[in-house]
Amino acid sequence: MTGVFELEHAGLAFGDRILWSGIDLSVQAGEFLTVLGPNGSGKTTLLRVALGLLPLTSGSVRVLGHPPRRGSRALGYVPQQRIVDPATPVRARDLVRMGIDGDRWGPGRHSHRARVDELLESVGAAPYGDVPVGMLSGGEQQRVRIAQALASEPAILLCDEPLLSLDLRRQHEVTALIHATREATGTAVIFVTHEINPVLPYTDRVLYLGPGGHAIGAPDDVLTSAALTALYDSPIEVVRAQGRVLIVGDDQHVHHADDEHHPHPAHQENS
Amino acid sequence: MTAALSAVLQAAATDPWWNRMFNFSHYGELLVLVRGSLIAGALLGLVGGLVGVFVMQRDLAFAVHGVSELSFAGAAAALLIGVDVVVGSVAGSLVAAVLIGLLGARARDRNSIIGVLMPFGLGLGVLFLALYPGRAANKFGLLTGQIVSVDSARVQVMAVITVVVVGGLALLWRPLTFAGVDPEVATARGVPVRALSIAFMVLLGLAVAMAVQIVGALLVLSLLITPAAAATRVSASPIWVPVLAVVFAEVSAVGGILLALGASVPISPYITTISFLIYVVARQVGNARNRRGWVRRPAAAAVPAAGGGTLG
Repeated sequence: MTGVFELEHAGLAFGDRILWSGIDLSVQAGEFLTVLGPNGSGKTTLLRVALGLLPLTSGSVRVLGHPPRRGSRALGYVPQQRIVDPATPVRARDLVRMGIDGDRWGPGRHSHRARVDELLESVGAAPYGDVPVGMLSGGEQQRVRIAQALASEPAILLCDEPLLSLDLRRQHEVTALIHATREATGTAVIFVTHEINPVLPYTDRVLYLGPGGHAIGAPDDVLTSAALTALYDSPIEVVRAQGRVLIVGDDQHVHHADDEHHPHPAHQENS
Repeated sequence: MTAALSAVLQAAATDPWWNRMFNFSHYGELLVLVRGSLIAGALLGLVGGLVGVFVMQRDLAFAVHGVSELSFAGAAAALLIGVDVVVGSVAGSLVAAVLIGLLGARARDRNSIIGVLMPFGLGLGVLFLALYPGRAANKFGLLTGQIVSVDSARVQVMAVITVVVVGGLALLWRPLTFAGVDPEVATARGVPVRALSIAFMVLLGLAVAMAVQIVGALLVLSLLITPAAAATRVSASPIWVPVLAVVFAEVSAVGGILLALGASVPISPYITTISFLIYVVARQVGNARNRRGWVRRPAAAAVPAAGGGTLG
């Protein structure tokens, strides 16, 4: 069985610093893969590899059976929420339209209005389609982001910390929406996050990138004291309470501690 | 021609200040004389309005100012060595634009590089002007705008620049917008974000060089920023923002030249004042629109947004 996203002995290093190596992974259509790990472990870098922005240093990677290609419409990308100046003259519907034809040359003859309305409707963002993006709340912005990412009908939805800076309720709304989208469209989801709990109910498999290696498997198999202690080379305790997972370690940057986000892993040495 | 001109020049020396600012005697004769200026103003309005939309999108207002100072230095150098002033200002603009585009990918880097380049350019310009033996009015014009009519050779050069800039913007329109508004996702979708930003800086440099000819280096912002800033206050539509920006810039540029016709002061204060007033009105309209919540949301969806939707 071939997957939509496949890694074979995949490794990535910046100079002497090895982020990860020897990853064998095949993500199936419709699968929800959650990528966890401390800052600087190369989670975002993995997405950059999938997007064709960065080559592997060892092994091979395939997207729908082919090497990754920049600008591929098979991939949808949901970034983390960021502050948009309220005066930025871009409405929610314009952002979604960019997902349809923003990468094409020329001014564009079609407004794709019907398609944009359909996409806004699918994420429940239709009521604020005409509102400038900077005037939307964080949760609303992320809904629009998801609509934008779905515009090219991707086979894989890459989510890069989309929950960062959202409050708990919005986090649950956004993850529920991504799950619903996956059910409706059959797209695979690769979800990079610091926060395990909002995605835990939907996660099929976890890819945990740790300083001492990586682990792949069902959440119950990977998120255990023994497995994480091996990945960190230091005692880690996984506590389950009321359906939530708490990861406790003496290493202060194990989880939840650092909300800083560095899009370029090369700058993450100090974290 | 001579009768009209001499009337104006006489007025300059003896009349009270308001007559020097607004004087509509011999208006018909003067109108023929400034045909070149009017065409140049119209071209500049088109270019300024369109470029301004992207300047606002990319938060490049300070870069416009920096480029215009180097454009001034180039023009002053051209004056000194006896080359066409437009050639000099285009050269200065392009050097500045490409430097800023290459060195200042991130906003903070960019601002410090502009801050370094700007006084350097202005200083060079002052030096070249001090060395230039010609009339003082020519020198002053490069900084604060022209009073004399634009000759047809210069109008032709400006027409060529207009075609290049408007054509370039039309070609780059969608990816340039995508990369400006949403660089992360644009990168993910394979848009060449960095190359586009340098390409836009080149177009911006050309537009600035053009504007320096009419309003002078110090007042370029009035046609490259103010109209687009006013337009984004009243609309967020990808069609109406550029349309309004061009209309505002045209009203300012052409209107300013028409008002200044019989006057014996530079045209730039008329242009800057009109564009400023348009902005003030647009801001009021925009504020009223913000108070109403921009667009009416259906009641069911009007959940109070956490942390969003507040505007000063």
